[in-house]
Amino acid sequence: MGMREKIIDRAKALLADGTVVGVWGWKRGEMPGDRVPAFFETAEELDNDFVYDCFCAANVSRYLNGRKAADGRVLALLKPCDTYSLNQMLGENRLEREAVYVLGIPTGDMLDPEKVRRAGICGLKDAKQRGAEFVFDTADGEKVLPRDAVALEKCIACKSNTHRIQDELLVDIKDQGESPVRFKQVEELEAMAPAERFAFWQKELSRCIRCNACRNICPVCSCVKCVFDNPANPVSGKANSETFEEKMFHIIRAFHVAGRCTDCGECSRACPQGIPLHLLNRKFIKDINRAYGPFAAGTDDFGMTPLTEFTETDPEPSEVVASGGGQ
Amino acid sequence: MPMTENDATTATKPLIVAFCCNWCSYAGADLAGTSRLDYPADVKIIRVPCSCRVNPLFVLRAFQRGADGVIIAGCHPGDCHYTTGNYYARRRMSMLFGMLDYLGIERDRTRVEWISAAEGAKFAATMRDFCSHVAQLGPKNNLGELR
Amino acid sequence: MRKIPVTDLPKLYAEIAKDRQLWLPREDDNRVEFGLWSDGANVSLTGKTAKSGKDFFFPQTEDIVRFRMNGKEIDINSAPTAEAPFVVFAMRACDAAGMDVLDRVFLVDPKDSFYAARREVGTVVTLACGAPEDSCFCQSFGIDSSAPGGDVATWMVGDTLYWEPLTEKGEALTAAVGAVLQDAGPDGDAAVGQVKADATKAWDAAPFTELKPPVVAMEQTDDIFGLDAWSRLSEACLGCGTCTFVCPTCQCYDIQDRDDGAAGVRRFRCWDSCMYSDFTLMAHGNPRTTQLQRFRQRFMHKLVYFPQNNDGVYSCVGCGRCVEKCPSALNIVRVMKAMETKA
Repeated sequence: MGMREKIIDRAKALLADGTVVGVWGWKRGEMPGDRVPAFFETAEELDNDFVYDCFCAANVSRYLNGRKAADGRVLALLKPCDTYSLNQMLGENRLEREAVYVLGIPTGDMLDPEKVRRAGICGLKDAKQRGAEFVFDTADGEKVLPRDAVALEKCIACKSNTHRIQDELLVDIKDQGESPVRFKQVEELEAMAPAERFAFWQKELSRCIRCNACRNICPVCSCVKCVFDNPANPVSGKANSETFEEKMFHIIRAFHVAGRCTDCGECSRACPQGIPLHLLNRKFIKDINRAYGPFAAGTDDFGMTPLTEFTETDPEPSEVVASGGGQ
Repeated sequence: MPMTENDATTATKPLIVAFCCNWCSYAGADLAGTSRLDYPADVKIIRVPCSCRVNPLFVLRAFQRGADGVIIAGCHPGDCHYTTGNYYARRRMSMLFGMLDYLGIERDRTRVEWISAAEGAKFAATMRDFCSHVAQLGPKNNLGELR
Repeated sequence: MRKIPVTDLPKLYAEIAKDRQLWLPREDDNRVEFGLWSDGANVSLTGKTAKSGKDFFFPQTEDIVRFRMNGKEIDINSAPTAEAPFVVFAMRACDAAGMDVLDRVFLVDPKDSFYAARREVGTVVTLACGAPEDSCFCQSFGIDSSAPGGDVATWMVGDTLYWEPLTEKGEALTAAVGAVLQDAGPDGDAAVGQVKADATKAWDAAPFTELKPPVVAMEQTDDIFGLDAWSRLSEACLGCGTCTFVCPTCQCYDIQDRDDGAAGVRRFRCWDSCMYSDFTLMAHGNPRTTQLQRFRQRFMHKLVYFPQNNDGVYSCVGCGRCVEKCPSALNIVRVMKAMETKA
């Protein structure tokens, strides 16, 4: 039995015995490789439309924001990385624990449709991971590409494949630990001269069209009213491209999720302009780990984060900045 | 007004925004004044109730509106009027300034200092030192150009 | 019809750029985006640009007026309308059709002076497309990708680019750069036929060949509006503005004032998105309070209201950018299919 069928079986059983009223999962979109986060309410819908494969990168935790037990308990199909987001949301009381039943599902690497297109895959029908490579079934026959060339950045920089919250695990998973290259890009940037870093970010951020996809897809950008959506606030909520506003948006957004960001990588995946936004968040994660000890947001649902606590012996800002390398 | 060290060494006059906590550093600035201590007039003080009142937006906005350097001054750790505010500020500003550094903003343009109400001399010396560092970097405030 | 060898294109670019700005698709970091031409630029004439050329006529933000208090006086400076001539080169048929949609909005009375001025000084040179991408569906809206509109249409076949002015502005540009163009003779028609044949063949195999937009009569509007399917279609919508901002026909904008302190107040307009919670925000609040309503508005506007009010012209041109870019893989194609089965 394939993983899809296993998940469907379990989901159907949970629907049938009344444990849950619906299931957040994925279904096929219009393009090959498109997977739409979707809510399933019947066994029939699951049989017809449910899909789980190496394109289901979307983190469905996002859709649980604000869920209350009174609305009925839903089944959330969470990959290991997604459970960190749910934990963080629970810690911040963004949803009720009783409103969700977590079925931990295993994951391999997820594909980046953009990288797949760029690698010259046309007429894609299906894809499967085979160890360190992906096998693509295309209109021109089978093609094999190395995993590093086509996998999503967030999978290449995987933080852990252990579920951090679950009511049930579909199968046991062996943790492979953090990817050795998780902070590689951040370190490369830190090693540059300030002018180079500046040029890098100026180039990347100048592409921003201020669509807010990075914010809206973020599981921990869960404010009821974002500061950037408040017309009474002297910040620009919509595009203001001749000024500094778009860049300020990204710095402030990264700061607002500092210590809370679970590094789920959805911001970079969502960006229509291909801006590596995860490099901002990961810089904060790296600095926090170095200055205040190892911390991974969403490891538990306790809710305390490094920027909401302190010790009397914290390093001074100048020491923290100096330890960031470069210059 | 007497020439400051800064005026003597460079032709540029940097604009420095200093966020000073009401209870310690702002009083420290007062003491510097009543003690007739010199520090550059380029420093524009904004009084805040506590160093932790300084929102990262304030810092970014200051740079955007033309500041060449931003300094945050508060009570010494352990002496906060609100008990713990400056501890939070210390972590926040560590992160924010680390990020600005990462974005390519020279790290000498930002600083956090702990200055008590009794440290008028430290206030003046800190401001003189900070101004001369920023002046050496020149007038280019590239954060505003990051667009 | 004129022609120019592909190897001589840099000469053509230089000739165009002599007296006007030339914007064309440039490849940088694996992304193709309209950029200003300069000698040695990495011009990419295959595929489509990440964003359409809409920005050149209707930029994402533009100043309208500035105010400045000067004692008791108020200085009011209206932003000048565009005057410098420019050329957008290698727009695709879909994006050129998108310009027609914008014209229907901005060039009817009262005319939008900023847009009108840009239309006046901007010349669109299109490039025929014989190889639609997987996400393309312009032909669903009756757009012939091999016969693009604009002021000048061009076709690339083998190592030759064929050039045909379609409007007065196109004629003027042709005259201005005539020195580098040769007469195409009978080759021209053959080239056009070739691209058309390629396109027909490619469209037969394209994923969305069968897709047809709904034809909704006025009296059917409520039925479509009330479809149960909207709830499922919109459930994964994040409410970001990606689809609207990459769309060649989205034309909604907001007007905002920004206090720049001593520099005065800047009144500018910026693209707005019907997906946002503060879209058409009024004193009493927002008329559309749920994402379902906002999502429905976007597609009802494109596929129902706009054609009802514009002689059946849809405000979607099938460029497929929203299909590629939506973070949740939602898009107009799903909506069209749902309307088709339920209408």
